[in-house]
Amino acid sequence: MLKYLLPFLLFIALAVFLALGLKLNPKDIPSPLIDKPAPAFSLPILGIPEKQLSNQDLQGQVWLLNVWASWCVSCREEHPVLLQFAQQSSVTLVGLNYKDQADAAIEWLTKLGNPYTVSLMDSEGRTGIDYGVYGVPETFVIDKHGIIRYKQTGAVTADNLEKVFMPLINQLEAEAL
Amino acid sequence: MKILVILCLSLLSSLSYAEIEHHEFQSIEQEQSYQTLISELRCLVCQNQTIADSNADLAKDLRRQVYEMLQQGQSQQQIADFMTQRYGDFVLYNPNFNLKTGLLWLGPALFLLIGLIAVLLFARKKPNSESGLTDQQKSQLAKILDEGEKP
Repeated sequence: MLKYLLPFLLFIALAVFLALGLKLNPKDIPSPLIDKPAPAFSLPILGIPEKQLSNQDLQGQVWLLNVWASWCVSCREEHPVLLQFAQQSSVTLVGLNYKDQADAAIEWLTKLGNPYTVSLMDSEGRTGIDYGVYGVPETFVIDKHGIIRYKQTGAVTADNLEKVFMPLINQLEAEAL
Repeated sequence: MKILVILCLSLLSSLSYAEIEHHEFQSIEQEQSYQTLISELRCLVCQNQTIADSNADLAKDLRRQVYEMLQQGQSQQQIADFMTQRYGDFVLYNPNFNLKTGLLWLGPALFLLIGLIAVLLFARKKPNSESGLTDQQKSQLAKILDEGEKP
């Protein structure tokens, strides 16, 4: 009996592994930065290039870092969701304008609306490298202590926002400083 | 003649596509380190290419990063660590051996071992008598064979 059952069980095990493998998204690479301090930056503000903002300035509050660019197609898809988020939440949403032209970026925001508390210019993509950015848009959630608690690669959907981001933000807001 | 001109022009145009990065190195060793590193780092945008092969924007930036770090006198290990801290083990084509990559490294040996054990088990199970015939059947068989040999 076992003689016939064993190959069958092996086949089932193999099939389960292959099925799981098919469902995984190879583009979704887990970030090694989760639960690590957000990498330091000090970048010029989009629209006011003579002024700089650093990660130190954001210490003590929960904030989101959204990497975007005017050349990025998925960012356009994500944009309405961010606008909705900015309306319903008072959490600081920092935009990292990644490898973009300032005038193109400003035009994009004027045309489509600006959900960001502030956008920073990373024109050479160096801060992007520090954050391990490889597929714009990307969104990081950073807690009151400046620790990265979550990262999403790819556009944030309304569903993500409701089921993942909002509960996490509420939980982090409730944490003691 | 016209065809020749067109041919020459088309050759020229393909030249202009090839983008050549010009880096100056302090020594041959440094250049070798650069070549080794960029052919061991994965481009995360086009995942089955190294950053040496890829023309993606990120690959260019990472090549620049590697070059600058070498200029600053950082070692290959330091640069590999820099990349792993930001992009994870996946960025290295030869990832370091640790808990997360253990199965990746030991997997092939593990499967070989499973295969060997399976072969041994099956080989041992083989019955001693090759034909599995009873004595009576054997004598019958011998008789038939015997008869067959006779003309």
